[in-house]
Amino acid sequence: MEAYKKLPGLLTSAHAASGSVPVKLNGVTKWPGSTTEPETPIEKVTTYNNYYEFGTDKDDPSKNARNFVTSPWTVSVEGEVAKPRKFSMDEIMKLAPLEERIYRHRCVEAWSIVVPWIGYSFSTIVKLVEPTPKAKYVAFETYYDPRQMPLGGEAGIQLPYVEGLRLDEAMNPLALLCVGMYDETLPNQDGAPVRMVIPWKYGFKSIKSLVKIRFMKDQPQTTWEMYAGGSEYGFYANVNPNVDHPRWSQASERRLGPGSGLFTPKIKTQMFNGYGDQVASLYAGMDLRKNF
Amino acid sequence: MNSILTSKWTKAIVFVACLVPLALLVWRGLHDDLSADPVAFITHATGDWTLRFLVITLAITPLRKILHMPQLIRFRRMLGLFAFFYVCLHFTTWIWLDKQFVWSEMWKDVEKRRFITVGFTGFLLLIPLAVTSTAGWIRRLGGKRWRMLHRLIYVTAVLGVIHYYWLVKSDVRKPLFYGLLVAILLAWRIGTWLIGRRGHSGAAAVRREAPVTTETS
Repeated sequence: MEAYKKLPGLLTSAHAASGSVPVKLNGVTKWPGSTTEPETPIEKVTTYNNYYEFGTDKDDPSKNARNFVTSPWTVSVEGEVAKPRKFSMDEIMKLAPLEERIYRHRCVEAWSIVVPWIGYSFSTIVKLVEPTPKAKYVAFETYYDPRQMPLGGEAGIQLPYVEGLRLDEAMNPLALLCVGMYDETLPNQDGAPVRMVIPWKYGFKSIKSLVKIRFMKDQPQTTWEMYAGGSEYGFYANVNPNVDHPRWSQASERRLGPGSGLFTPKIKTQMFNGYGDQVASLYAGMDLRKNF
Repeated sequence: MNSILTSKWTKAIVFVACLVPLALLVWRGLHDDLSADPVAFITHATGDWTLRFLVITLAITPLRKILHMPQLIRFRRMLGLFAFFYVCLHFTTWIWLDKQFVWSEMWKDVEKRRFITVGFTGFLLLIPLAVTSTAGWIRRLGGKRWRMLHRLIYVTAVLGVIHYYWLVKSDVRKPLFYGLLVAILLAWRIGTWLIGRRGHSGAAAVRREAPVTTETS
């Protein structure tokens, strides 16, 4: 099962493709736009999250993703592009200088974390593959292998997991192609080896373990949109304290920070998760109550 | 077996066992082991135990009859009160740790969110049952009226399952499991009632239920 780890060469490359154990990433520069809010301790980020392919309880991913094989890994870019191609993980690691970006990350379930992600703007990939004039949207797909993810079939959502952005959203410099966090490569449960991080949208838009990127004319059908006829969230899913989830308020959130506990006061949720200056113009003229 | 069931020690042991879920929560709390989001953890644990105790309480009557252990009735009131105890903890967690005593927000939730509306209703319906759980109240109300009133526990159990079902995002296996248990227990009740009505006179059916009033004192 774990024989691949013994293959020469795999563990020597910077991203340590085995994926089982995160390895240190070198040469990472600090992005100037990082938030100065206290970082969430790494133990909380690695033991409390949603990754339905590995189970629907918050601690399931950390238990069940341990042996997830993330090497070899390729990300295929296709659809309305002049230069469709496949990227190996080695290539992805070298397309642009790696930056550490400390973002707020707001889950749709009204909790939030502050994470030092590592990666570079997704626009890097977009420019390389040259979208055709027809391309208006980008669909993202998470790897799905029922043998490695036997609990995925019980999650109640359609897999593989699909997410999407409008092309101009995907081109926004904040949209991060992420290969690491907390100075290291991504742990399996947090979306190894490569994922998206869209800090102004609810966490489920930040798709994990990315294998396919498809440029499209039409708006892609995303997993949560398809689920139960849109009873959860729509395509945009921007963080918005004024538009409630059908079953709970989004006005405030529980920040899972250092030392947070039972009696920590909630904090007010910010429009676009506090990234309005950078992204509000994308939605000028749109009714965000309808396009939630 | 009978002597075990009727021993006062058994009752004490069951009482202590019913407190184990709470003790575990406290223990985990002291060891910083309530996950990254302890409020959600406690909310879910106390909610789960409320549903479990409701199901166990409702199962007592069928088990008495199927296993021919009428003495099990001795535990029913205590188990029902523990369902009430855990729902109180669940409710307290919500108003204190989750909503942090912001009453306006709570009221908005009760009004707007159907899963909270049904959960809250289920909780309210348990209050008269807890209050009238004493022998004195059974006397005051009379067995027949008291039994009528206490059938509300079925309503609460159904509301509890709906509350859970509407809450989860997509993985409905656990709420469906509780729903199945409640449905079986309800079906058993209706089934025996129908059989009783066909086979015996009304008076006989009442007599079969009668031990409730004498054994809970």
